[in-house]
Amino acid sequence: MLTYRIHGQVVPVPEQAPPPQEGPEYEARLAEFEARIARGEKIEPTDWMPEEYRRQLIRMISQHAHSEIVGMLPEGKWIPHAPTLRRKLILIAKVQDEGGHGQLLYRAAETLGITREEMIEALLAGKAKYSVVFNYPTPTWADVAAIGLLIDGAAVVNQLMLAQGSYGPYARAMKRICYEESFHIKQGYDAFVALATGTPAQRQMMQEAVNRWWYPALMLFGPPDRDSVHTPTLLRWRIKTKTNDELRQEFVDQYAPMVLRLGLTIPDPNLRYDPETGHWRFSEPDWDEFWRVIKGDGPCNAERMAARRRAHEEGRWVREALAAKAGRGVNGGSDGRYAMAGV
Amino acid sequence: MASPFPKPNETVALPDPLREAVGELLLAMADDEVLLGHRDSEWVGHAPILEADIAMASIAQDEIGHAVLWYSLLQELGWPDPDRMAYFRDPPEFRNATLVELPKGDWAFTIVRQFLFDFAEKVRLEALMASAWAPLAEAAAKVRREETYHLMHSRAWVLRLGDATEESHRRMQAALEQAWPHALGLFEPTPGESLRVAEGIQPPEAELRARWEAEVRPILEAASLRVPEAEPVYGGRHGRHTEHLDALLADFQMVARSGLGETW
Repeated sequence: MLTYRIHGQVVPVPEQAPPPQEGPEYEARLAEFEARIARGEKIEPTDWMPEEYRRQLIRMISQHAHSEIVGMLPEGKWIPHAPTLRRKLILIAKVQDEGGHGQLLYRAAETLGITREEMIEALLAGKAKYSVVFNYPTPTWADVAAIGLLIDGAAVVNQLMLAQGSYGPYARAMKRICYEESFHIKQGYDAFVALATGTPAQRQMMQEAVNRWWYPALMLFGPPDRDSVHTPTLLRWRIKTKTNDELRQEFVDQYAPMVLRLGLTIPDPNLRYDPETGHWRFSEPDWDEFWRVIKGDGPCNAERMAARRRAHEEGRWVREALAAKAGRGVNGGSDGRYAMAGV
Repeated sequence: MASPFPKPNETVALPDPLREAVGELLLAMADDEVLLGHRDSEWVGHAPILEADIAMASIAQDEIGHAVLWYSLLQELGWPDPDRMAYFRDPPEFRNATLVELPKGDWAFTIVRQFLFDFAEKVRLEALMASAWAPLAEAAAKVRREETYHLMHSRAWVLRLGDATEESHRRMQAALEQAWPHALGLFEPTPGESLRVAEGIQPPEAELRARWEAEVRPILEAASLRVPEAEPVYGGRHGRHTEHLDALLADFQMVARSGLGETW
């Protein structure tokens, strides 16, 4: 059971939206809360907030954190094989940043009363989601470049929007993460260009990776607005400030020309620039596939979860040892991870 | 982290046979660092706690960065460039101690190996800071500064895991028994050692080993770990390796040697 704490009390996170709170006092607080959001103020952890706002944020921030952690795997797989020392150093630094972003996001979610351990348990139990894109495989080195440009590019489009959101700790975490992500895209672009302008074999490798990652990149923004049950609430409370479809369009407008300029193609016969609207027209991803992968039936869901569970199981004795030491007062604090964080 | 791609010093020329003798030392140091960095990086995404993923990524970057620095000095002495050295040599051409090529094992083995290596590097670098060959002395001083965090990190982990729980003690003791003989191999005499010692490039390896033992034994004892009686595993510094290096290099070099391109 996923739980969180409010004023020291452990409360289960409801699977469904909580029943609407009622009464004149609640209505007044809600009106004041929504007025603050309308004025562009940030909501802070100790401020009053509707339970549904808290629930939506926990859902989104924990999914986001899990995406960073699971997202370490498809690229991390290529650290051992990176083809130059420079690329190896950069890739290690990049995957490290993803871990760091996970850490920041878990902390932001913790301000809402849930613990990192509870979130991780939910992930490993298969109850929490993470971005669908990390359930796709990375069979070649070029996939690292494709992720670096397309997936990180899509993530930044999304995160720049989230940085404008109403919840202070999440918006601030996003700001910092976007700053670091701009380095990732630069490196992704650099690796991408090296292959796109390389030998015919390298170009082909890059093209195949683009073919694999184009639609997952479009999926990163989530289901189309017509099917997104959360969007209206998220927009009203400025947890999000743009819809999934708006963000998807922004991404295509920015990245499709970039890929084409490098002489590669995009696997979409309908892709073309529309001078009337100033936007690119494109085909939607296969949403049936999207829902299948979200529900656990993607090419790598089982592999990703197995890797996380294995790391968790194999590390159990270490965490127990840290907790035992901390409990004896050797390091102070009740939790081993804080003890080691200071090293 | 400082840039791993230093501007080469202007004057590094050395007359033969001293050039070759110094090259052997640099090669041993560079190969140790690059392979340990590779092993450390295998934890990124798979460590026991997120903080450990992040720490291992930092350490891996530092070790590989230091390898680049030593390879760059070698290049100045006439060897091929760092990527050529790391990606286009076969196992018998590597001069690393066998310690760093062993698989990453469990977290206890990784910590014990890192601890033994970090302190070996510490005593070596501190000795080399007084080297008669200025480029080496300068580089050693720079690397030594960057190693301070590693020393704190691995020492803290050894002290925490050595006697925290029955299981952690058992795993750490087993790791020490496995790693110790290979760690002694870090001080395997290498070709040209007597010449390097005579020219004031470095102190004898036996002396470094004694200094190292004086540092690590008290910490291991404080962690309730018993140092095994064991003969050193030698051979690495002469290109004789375990089969683990074959597997490691197959992983490390597979894209670079795929023949699909020259630049990446």
